[in-house]
Amino acid sequence: MTNLSGKCAIVGMGETVVGKRPDATTNSLHLEAIKACLDDAGVKASQVDGLLTNQPLNDSHRSYAVKLAHMAGIDPIFATDLALGGATPIAMVQHAVMAIEAGMATTVVCVHARKRSTPDPTPGHPIRRGDEHWEEPWGHFAAAGGHAFAAQRHMYEFGTTSEDLAHVAVSTRYHASLNKNATLRKPITIEDHQQSRMIVAPLRLFDCSLESDGGGAVLVTSADRARDFPKKPVAILGMGQHHPHFSLLDAPTLTTLGGKKSSETAYRMAGLRAKDMQFAQIYDCFTITAMITLEDYGFCKKGEGKDFVKNGRISIGGELPLNTHGGLLSQAHLEGQLHITEAVKQLRGNEVEPERQVANAKVGIVSGHGGSLAMHATLILGAL
Amino acid sequence: MSKDERGRAARRGQPYLDEPEAKPFWAKLREHKLTAQRCSSCKKIFGFPPQALCPHCLASDYEWVTLSGKGTIYSHIAYHRSWHPSYQDKIPYNVSLVDLDEGGRLVTNVVDCPPEAVRIGMAVEVVFEDFPEYTLPKFRPVKSVWVSK
Repeated sequence: MTNLSGKCAIVGMGETVVGKRPDATTNSLHLEAIKACLDDAGVKASQVDGLLTNQPLNDSHRSYAVKLAHMAGIDPIFATDLALGGATPIAMVQHAVMAIEAGMATTVVCVHARKRSTPDPTPGHPIRRGDEHWEEPWGHFAAAGGHAFAAQRHMYEFGTTSEDLAHVAVSTRYHASLNKNATLRKPITIEDHQQSRMIVAPLRLFDCSLESDGGGAVLVTSADRARDFPKKPVAILGMGQHHPHFSLLDAPTLTTLGGKKSSETAYRMAGLRAKDMQFAQIYDCFTITAMITLEDYGFCKKGEGKDFVKNGRISIGGELPLNTHGGLLSQAHLEGQLHITEAVKQLRGNEVEPERQVANAKVGIVSGHGGSLAMHATLILGAL
Repeated sequence: MSKDERGRAARRGQPYLDEPEAKPFWAKLREHKLTAQRCSSCKKIFGFPPQALCPHCLASDYEWVTLSGKGTIYSHIAYHRSWHPSYQDKIPYNVSLVDLDEGGRLVTNVVDCPPEAVRIGMAVEVVFEDFPEYTLPKFRPVKSVWVSK
């Protein structure tokens, strides 16, 4: 088996303006993100030969990736849609690496967009979650509910409190306050979190992420070709996935998730360990998700996340800066696409506000998490 | 009756009564029986939602068996926000994950108990709530819960 560590690199990345984009459609955001990414990489669409994307939530239909490729002037020899919820953007990069190393493409754009803050004006068929008929009749409608079940178990098993979770929200908001393309930039305190209204107990408003409009993309190519691109390439060092259940009804546990096996695969591929990571862009649809993933990734023992997130450890300048862009909690929720672009910017070293740049960043980890706490994907990225 | 105006399988917030594998489950609930599939080969309970082959051994033969209706709370939450108009006047309301004694788990509601008195590990038993078109299994504590005001 070939080790794919370092065989491919990210050579371009683009982000749209995020937040409320009432006039945009998911499709227009996909196109905007592709354009921003290709401009950043200094290439034309005709130089791209692969495309991976997510289906618009409001307008799912067959072969969307092929349609999008041709709308962008790309003639793909490799294209598909991926549907792993919040693990999709990372899975796209993984599939791009596999396609390139298999000789099925040379240069693949991985593009994600989402329209959840304002309605998508495109008429179409919404995507089904797939487990809703066994949840909604009893009033369970929201992702906040699924993650509240996990938070309740974490509190029961390990003594975690709502105030412990607040530390994730406060640090993440601080990072957003330093990011010009973040939605919520006013710093908050632990007390603000504790006084925010209950959404689905035990989760409060400030435990919950944003609903956003926006898009992002990265361009993946082989490490050899990467040297010909204008920007500093970012190497893809480790990749993993694990999907330990599909719905809450078949979850063996809600306090250890796919991140454990997914990160083990990624660490093994990269030949690195948790202690080698200089930053972590961890999927934070809810504060509890980030805490569980920090444990699953081996930054602390299971159940010790409540202590790990305190004393500035996860803030810029701390031992493991977490979500230096403000995350899904405070920057924008594009299913983790912006966790990847943020990691790329950190590793390029000169693209974020200096106050939130990780000093001498050489290697970091990125997580994706989707569905009913079901899907998980991991990337380890490094400066070339 | 269980299709919405655009032909999707079920209306938001309601069960999909015509799902082929689950039809017997919904039918037996009308008789106030909580049932599950038991594999004729490995004898294990399938779990939910119902499916065509055994999730434990992929055997295709199974029978529908009536469960004791006893279970334990795996986790519980309280919705303080409504995501559906029919829940607007019910908040805050409990939703629980109940692990059934014979196997299988349901998303359900604990009734006859204030949301704040529900606990992980609490022993519960099934009760049936009838609606015009279907019946839902819900659960109440085996021991009555007294809450001081």
